Amino acid sequence: MPTISFVHPDSNSEHVEVSDGESAMQAATRHGLDGILAECGGNAMCATCHVYVDDAWVARLPAMAEDEDALLEGAAAERLPNSRLSCQIKITPELDGLVLRLPKRQV
Amino acid sequence: MSASGSVASGVPHLDVDPFAMGFFADPYPTHERLREAGPVVYLDQWNVYGVARYAEVHAVLNDPATFCSSRGVGLSDFKKETPWRPPSLILEADPPAHTRTRAVLSKVLSPTVMKQVRDRFAAAAEERVDVLLEQRSFDAVADLAEAYPLSIFPDALGLKPEGREHLIPYASVVFNAFGPPNELRQEAIARSAPHQAYVAKQCQRENLAPGGFGACIHAQVDEGAITATEAPLLVRSLLSAGLDTTVNGIGAALYCLARFPEQWQRLRADITLARNAFEEAVRFESPVQTFFRTTTREVELSGARIGEGEKVLMFLAAANRDPRRWERPDSYDITRRTSGHVGFGSGIHMCVGQLVARLEGEVMLTALARRVASIEITGEPKRRFNNTLRGLDSLPVTIIPA
Repeated sequence: MPTISFVHPDSNSEHVEVSDGESAMQAATRHGLDGILAECGGNAMCATCHVYVDDAWVARLPAMAEDEDALLEGAAAERLPNSRLSCQIKITPELDGLVLRLPKRQV
Repeated sequence: MSASGSVASGVPHLDVDPFAMGFFADPYPTHERLREAGPVVYLDQWNVYGVARYAEVHAVLNDPATFCSSRGVGLSDFKKETPWRPPSLILEADPPAHTRTRAVLSKVLSPTVMKQVRDRFAAAAEERVDVLLEQRSFDAVADLAEAYPLSIFPDALGLKPEGREHLIPYASVVFNAFGPPNELRQEAIARSAPHQAYVAKQCQRENLAPGGFGACIHAQVDEGAITATEAPLLVRSLLSAGLDTTVNGIGAALYCLARFPEQWQRLRADITLARNAFEEAVRFESPVQTFFRTTTREVELSGARIGEGEKVLMFLAAANRDPRRWERPDSYDITRRTSGHVGFGSGIHMCVGQLVARLEGEVMLTALARRVASIEITGEPKRRFNNTLRGLDSLPVTIIPA
């Protein structure tokens, strides 16, 4: 079972075990993690599960689709080159150890 | 009546009518009966399958290839009956046709656009609260839940000032028409002609102010995303589903916060909870109670075999209070993690205006919580009956300034 980390803006980390087939967002909300809202429940509509992917991992994620790209423009916190929506990051065994940083705000 | 032989054995038959006045008055005991009877039930009254548990409602919503929308999302099967109006190009459509029209409305109502209208929506909420604080005692439905969206949404769409009184009656027809051919539906359609005429006219490009959501939809014609005949029908979707739904959403939030004063005090203590207080009201009251799908093939759902061409009624409201999914489902808790509720649906047809609804709800509850110490219900709330929408007709309240 892969484990991924969410780093809060205060630098505290939380490690989350991901079940088979889950997205990073689903794992975060299942564990009650603060900082991921996911208002639309993972339907790629709201941009409230925004994360900054740790530099070491950016290139190892699948490329983003057009709708994710457009939604990120409307994210509440600043969009950076490593911005992604965590509902669109499906966790595979290769992503064991993935580090995602949380923005200061989601709305 | 469809032959009872086509009904899967093992699927419990229930004699409940989820479109009857008695049901609307208090749906909760029946919701529980529906959930506890089994994962899939059959409603003899209307010859439809029903799902009321969260897992099955979520599964049906997220399998649009099997449970389609193009045969109508009400009881009427468009393959067998002529729809009462030209079908919606987004609500009553399946991929790939749906994918293209959906993309247009998603773009027009995107998070980026919400950032642009936020200040305007928030200022209008403050103005509305100014008026209410003068009045002190008022009807929270007419003077707040209706007055606030009416003060911003038609302008945001770019509608002319004249004729806006048709908007809520038109939406009421649309949502009644998803129901069975009962009195609510028949009467609504019988009286719909003037409302339909108004709406058809407002959807035309020349009647929509530049910069509004309506004009933005028409601008997509120039981009080649949709045709000039499709654009008015997509504007119609916003006129159908963009106003009465938020009226009932805001009304639900007010009704919850007035009934549960400890939640109101929590909100006052931490105003950042406003957005979630609205979201939780959408879960708790589920302003849109039900939608149908139609099976495109024989399918097995949680052990029940459903034939092709069957209507399946999804009880969104019952799923939002399913104890299998929610802790203390019957409590209104503004700190609840609401992500995953199906009050806005789920999947490819999930409410395309959900960001507008949340924005309206958030800024209105923020303005109220900042300036109002308490909300007291001062008379018997009256229910408004609709085949799909759940909400109040009046809610007399008195507010005490902070």
